[in-house]
Amino acid sequence: MSIPLLTATAALPAIGAIATAAVPAAQRTAAKWLALLFSLGTLALAVTVLVRFDPDGDRYQLTESHAWIKDFGVRYELGVDGIAVALIALTALLIPFIVLAGWHDADPLETGSRRWRPTQGFFALILAVEAMVILSFEATDVFLFYIFFEAMLIPMYFLIGGFGDRAHEHGEKVASTQRSYAAVKFLLYNLVGGLIMLAAVIGLYVVAGNFSLQEIVEARANGSLDMATNTERWLFLGFFFAFAVKAPLWPLHTWLPNAMQEATAPVAVLITAVVDKVGTFAMLRFCLQLFPEASQWATPAILVLALISIVYGALLAVGQRDMKRLIAYASISHFGFIIMGIFAMTSQGQSGATLYMVNHGISTAALMLVAGFLISRRGSRLIADYGGVQKVAPVLAGTFLIGGLATLSLPGLAPFVSEFLVLVGTFTRYPVVGIIATFGIVLAALYTLVLYQRTMTGPVKPEVSAMPDLRARELVVVAPLVVLLIFLGVYPKPVTDIVNPAVKQTMSDVQKKDPQPEVEAAK
Amino acid sequence: MSASAVHSLWTTAADPISKIDAPKIEYGQLSPTLIVVGAAVVGVLIEAVVPRKARYYAQVFISAVALIAAFAAVVALAAGGYATTKSGIAAMGAIAVDGPALFLQGTILLAGLVGLFTFAERRLDPAAHGNRVDSFAAQAASVPGSDSEKAAVKAGFTTTEVFPLLMFAVAGMLVFPAANDLLTLFIALEVFSLPLYLMCALARRKRLMSQEAAVKYFLLGAFASAFTLFGIALLYGYSGSVSYATIAQVVDGTIPDITPALADTMGNDALLLVGAAMIVMGLLFKVGAVPFHMWTPDVYQGAPTPVTGFMAAATKVAAFGALLRLLYVVLPGLRWDWRPVMWGVAIVTMLGGAIVAITQTDIKRLLAYSSIAHAGFILAGVIATTPSGVSSVLFYLGAYSFVTIGAFAVVTLVRDAGGEATHLSKWAGLGRRSPLVAAVFAVFLLAFAGIPLTSGFAGKFAVFKAAAEGGAGPLVVVGVISSAIAAFFYIRVIVLMFFSEPKPEGPTVAVPSPLTMTAIGVGVAVTLVLGVAPQYFLDLASQAGVFVR
Repeated sequence: MSIPLLTATAALPAIGAIATAAVPAAQRTAAKWLALLFSLGTLALAVTVLVRFDPDGDRYQLTESHAWIKDFGVRYELGVDGIAVALIALTALLIPFIVLAGWHDADPLETGSRRWRPTQGFFALILAVEAMVILSFEATDVFLFYIFFEAMLIPMYFLIGGFGDRAHEHGEKVASTQRSYAAVKFLLYNLVGGLIMLAAVIGLYVVAGNFSLQEIVEARANGSLDMATNTERWLFLGFFFAFAVKAPLWPLHTWLPNAMQEATAPVAVLITAVVDKVGTFAMLRFCLQLFPEASQWATPAILVLALISIVYGALLAVGQRDMKRLIAYASISHFGFIIMGIFAMTSQGQSGATLYMVNHGISTAALMLVAGFLISRRGSRLIADYGGVQKVAPVLAGTFLIGGLATLSLPGLAPFVSEFLVLVGTFTRYPVVGIIATFGIVLAALYTLVLYQRTMTGPVKPEVSAMPDLRARELVVVAPLVVLLIFLGVYPKPVTDIVNPAVKQTMSDVQKKDPQPEVEAAK
Repeated sequence: MSASAVHSLWTTAADPISKIDAPKIEYGQLSPTLIVVGAAVVGVLIEAVVPRKARYYAQVFISAVALIAAFAAVVALAAGGYATTKSGIAAMGAIAVDGPALFLQGTILLAGLVGLFTFAERRLDPAAHGNRVDSFAAQAASVPGSDSEKAAVKAGFTTTEVFPLLMFAVAGMLVFPAANDLLTLFIALEVFSLPLYLMCALARRKRLMSQEAAVKYFLLGAFASAFTLFGIALLYGYSGSVSYATIAQVVDGTIPDITPALADTMGNDALLLVGAAMIVMGLLFKVGAVPFHMWTPDVYQGAPTPVTGFMAAATKVAAFGALLRLLYVVLPGLRWDWRPVMWGVAIVTMLGGAIVAITQTDIKRLLAYSSIAHAGFILAGVIATTPSGVSSVLFYLGAYSFVTIGAFAVVTLVRDAGGEATHLSKWAGLGRRSPLVAAVFAVFLLAFAGIPLTSGFAGKFAVFKAAAEGGAGPLVVVGVISSAIAAFFYIRVIVLMFFSEPKPEGPTVAVPSPLTMTAIGVGVAVTLVLGVAPQYFLDLASQAGVFVR
């Protein structure tokens, strides 16, 4: 029997989490190296998955299936399609950078009890999140997915609430209050979303009798499982609500700016680049496949919400004084694009959305991590506290610029391709929506360039005059991300090749065909 | 009456007394209860004859052996097929030996055993005058603050009577869900309630509060018992019998021979409805459902914490068992009448418990309100009226009781100069001072909140699934909403423990003996095992889900 590759990919970080947590308090550095090692091992496994995956093969590959909780009709069923493979690869790729970037974020400030081991906890929690995220990308059983979708909130919650930026203008006490507020807000929003989804999951079981994604989709396709229109719509809404909180979609987005602002930069990357992707991924995998008719029924409303997210997120990003909050609102705008691409119901839109998830992960990671390095040097998140950094720290400023340009989707950098695909895909079916969404791009140029201008250009502020440039560790984090951004901007084919067949199948599930070009219709 | 009938009546009565059959007692089937009652009686004798120094060890030993033996007897009965293929009605129709009864008895015995460990803990309180002491008053009869109390403390007295009391309570609880007629039900109710009232009054610290709690519990409990008894009388008046099977037949209208007297009364629905409502009311009081929950917070707070933990777990198991049997065996014919009422009770219980818990500042009161909310969740499973409803309730009770005992055991560890530090503000920063204890408590809280991969989630999913299948979809939605509300206050405690700065004069965490460690360890193990691999226990519960009638 061969090794169950998908289980191994998720189990390795889980084992790493336990091993890291078990490192004695004094051996902090060992814990860090151990976490890095496990995250690299997971990356190796994820690459193996990528290699073993055949884009033109079966829909779900590398499948595993074991009985788990018979009474609930739950099976331990894993399988990946192209979309999942791409996102697993993204997750496994980002975690080592997150670990490296957060190398000193959890060094204990004061000595507490001898059993108090924040460093070990920090890295163990990151690995635990990785394991659960990977499992939720792999699960093809709705219940199994739900379990990890919910359970990942707990380590995430401790990461947000337990660790924050070191320097804070109002002192540690205020900082910790704000942090725990942000953590609780994060948890409550997501928990409420998840519990509403739980009601829908139970409803799905009552209707379908089991939780297997493939079986339900098959049964719906051949007509053996008939869902009343109203039932389907309610269930769809239950699922979509949870994913919209996670994604986050306006008006359920308000937890994200708080969480990203208060968390350390690596954790903020973990939230927006990794964990939130589960929400948009799940819309593609579960909402569209399980409830195709209800998805089409809800499309107009969702597109409007996505449009609001795009424009509103971008507008608020323009007005932010806090660097991390700005990036958070920019992310909300980008998630609007992703959701718009998914629900445009065209193959370009959905390929673009999937590609967008990958590219947004990389570009946000680059921008946010460099911002984090910057903040750790000056001890302030406020944009107004910076100025002229490019003269003292040119490499830092340069990578910051590339991250920013990627965020505004400059042609030649990876996000451009995906944003273009999403817009084209949306435009062919909903021209008005596509046009309005374009304003999001214009605003993106405004907020990123203004951010760069205010922090990096102009006269050197006295507080930043002694700022050191990127250190070796930080360069190791940023350089590969920048290379990837450029590479995928010029040559996105490797990702689209993997993603496209899966998107085609999803499209056929919702029984949508791409609109024919006007010229052909006129013939 | 014909002459021959009178004649036969007369000749029968004149038969020699030796020919009257003695009641047939199935000792084997009743052995779990008998063993525990026997241990309780031996415990009383120990109090009378064994020297004071040796009593503690003798009592703990006898109690533990009895509970383990009784559990072994339950397992043997279940292995003998009583839970699955056959079932018995023992002691002249008074006790049912069937799946639900054995499952709940097993749960109560294990909960009792774990509870016993917390009762026997003697390392937490600082030694008084060189004597190790437990959580119970030195001498219950001495007036709080009086000289006689001081003398008792100085002499190193301990109230070892709690062990036989515990055994009596367990014995009553074993009979309660197995009772197959209304009189047995009532007697079992009293047998387990009276020792609980007493034990509530026995706290070593804050004795006045403890006694106040006991009085409240006793008074309200006495009212509830009176209601139950009145209900029993009405149902007897309605059906002419106290036997579950006969009443059920009368309710269904399937009873074979209708005497003229019965024909008179069985048309009187008022007797039936009022009687049933009063009995159910008494049972809802015991499970702590809104609006019969008023006693819960005060009693949970005032009682010695080991008693609270035991009571919160085992009473709920026993009372829900009795409620299930009453509703599913006696009153299924009436379900169109009781289901709407129970819907209302379940909704207000879930929401009421969760909402009021938000404002609590004492950890024991908070857990009390959380237990009310949980009673509501379990009621949702009761309302399903399907076999999966029964098995889901059984599973939930098993999962819930160990988490509860474990959580209260952790509460006993966090102490300051005044004893247990139950005010929430004192728990601030506990995660920094003792990460392990805080982490364990966080696991329990997450299980209460029903986070996946804990037993709480599996249980909640089971009851909600049963409710949804049983046509109670809206109840599931209310349940989900109240879970969200409940999650808020569980998380508030976690925030307090992990994200707040520890106070300089905060409480210390006592290092317990292996007894309490076992109780907590069992709680954690059950929480995780039932969360990750619940299949075996779900099978057990669904095999045990058929009532005998």
